[in-house]
Amino acid sequence: MKILVVDDEADVQPLFVQRFRKEIKNGEFNFSFALSGEEALSYLAKNHSEIVLILSDINMPGMTGIELLSRIRHTYEKPPPLVMMITAYGDDENRSQAMQNGADDFLTKPLDFTLLKEKLKTLTIEPNG
Amino acid sequence: MEFFAFFACFLLIRRLREFLKYSPLRAKWITTFTLSTWATIGIFILLRAPIDESVKLMIGTLVLIGMVLYAYREPDFEAMRPIIKDNFPLVAAMGLLVLLKLIDHVFPKAELYEKYDNYIKITVAAAFIWILARQAATKKQRKELDLINQQNLVLDKLVSQRTAELTKQKNELEQTLQLLQTTQQQLIQSEKLASLGELTAGIAHEIQNPLNFVNNFSEVSMELIDEMEQELSNGDKDEAMAIANDIKQNLEKIIHHGKRADGIVKGMLQHSRASNGVKELININTLADEYLRLAYHGLRAKDKSFNTEMVTHYDEQLPMVDILPQDIGRVLLNLFTNAFYAVQQKQKTAGSDYKPLVELLTEHLTSTSAGGWVIIKVKDNGNGIPDAIKDKIMQPFFTTKPTGEGTGLGLSMSYDIIVKGHGGTIEVNTQEGAYSEFIIKLPL
Repeated sequence: MKILVVDDEADVQPLFVQRFRKEIKNGEFNFSFALSGEEALSYLAKNHSEIVLILSDINMPGMTGIELLSRIRHTYEKPPPLVMMITAYGDDENRSQAMQNGADDFLTKPLDFTLLKEKLKTLTIEPNG
Repeated sequence: MEFFAFFACFLLIRRLREFLKYSPLRAKWITTFTLSTWATIGIFILLRAPIDESVKLMIGTLVLIGMVLYAYREPDFEAMRPIIKDNFPLVAAMGLLVLLKLIDHVFPKAELYEKYDNYIKITVAAAFIWILARQAATKKQRKELDLINQQNLVLDKLVSQRTAELTKQKNELEQTLQLLQTTQQQLIQSEKLASLGELTAGIAHEIQNPLNFVNNFSEVSMELIDEMEQELSNGDKDEAMAIANDIKQNLEKIIHHGKRADGIVKGMLQHSRASNGVKELININTLADEYLRLAYHGLRAKDKSFNTEMVTHYDEQLPMVDILPQDIGRVLLNLFTNAFYAVQQKQKTAGSDYKPLVELLTEHLTSTSAGGWVIIKVKDNGNGIPDAIKDKIMQPFFTTKPTGEGTGLGLSMSYDIIVKGHGGTIEVNTQEGAYSEFIIKLPL
């Protein structure tokens, strides 16, 4: 399963790579990274068919995660990638905005990787679930 | 005949007493006046006894001469000398009468007294009438004087009353001034605290991120160590080495993010601390970047829907500037907060086409004299500043924010810090409805 992680913090990348070390090694997951919403969109423009899941931070300079989400929902109808939003501001407003714009899930920082792993594994069993 | 002498004494004492009625000397002399009045009357009554007329005359004359001379020579009565002088004719006439008596006594045959006493007695009477006439003449004058004295007394009282009032007012004003100075200090402190409040949320967010990394990298490193042990027991030395390398990198990241959090907390402490007044060589790019992030996250924490594009143009060749970092930091924070507030306000009314933008620019401006200037520009595409209030924005307590949201001290303190504290300038370019740009120039 190919996953795109969008976060303006560069250190998120080695963190994911190490946290999912085994899964990457097994070929279960394959991660790509983008440092901004804009970068994520241009990546998707080229590779959207490969990406199954997008994990995006909400609070980023420039394009926000919510904007990215709404762009994705408007642009890519088939197959619609799963989008999970991540934010440090775990408030209701952010959550409802994310859900309104068609997010599949909402996670708060600090990320609970055990929980995330479980969620991802469920997705692998039921793709497009 | 001695009756005139005693009566003149009696009158003289009375007049002196009246004269001193409103004078501070009254207290000193009042007892003497009373005693001498009674003494005069007493001697006069005693002389009613059947004694030789000459003796009576002589005693009366001596009492008069003594009293007139004493009064005349007394410095306290200097102002009353004209009144005392009125007695001189009587003194002379009485003296002459006594002289005649004495001559007759020594030369009984002369009989001068017999010959001239009538004339002299008339002279004595005339001299006495002179005293009375003079007294009547000066009575009016004296009354006016009394009036003036009385008025003076009233005025004196009034003046001392006013003086007391003024002293009271002066003390009250001094107290008020002191209160105002204290209040000013408190306002400056509360402005600092207000800006710290705006920072707190931003700081919490800024600290949370590195802390998350510290926690995550620590956890993942522990997992990696387990894996490394496994690989070692499997005998896969290369894989174990690769894992060890990852762990090392993670530890470096932990240190990096720990230091990042540390720096943020130090910056916060610096901001809340009173300026120690020691200038330091500072990289404005770093300082401005730090405060830009803090201001942004501070506002984000309050208004979660807020988002703006931030564009920074840092002059990488910018020389270090000798400044008070806390103070300049406060100025920058204030300018950023204002810029974010401006675009936020515009976002509320403008359509969805509006893209909020806050720009930060630093540059080195060389000049012919010395090292030139460091320029900091903070520009927003918010609502701008109307011409009508453009001149007022640097005034203390001027604010367009709703009551309770702004102290109105931000820009006035910024002005003080830049202009008075650093010898720089602060200017504003603005177009209503379009943009505001604040330009700070700091001398090198």
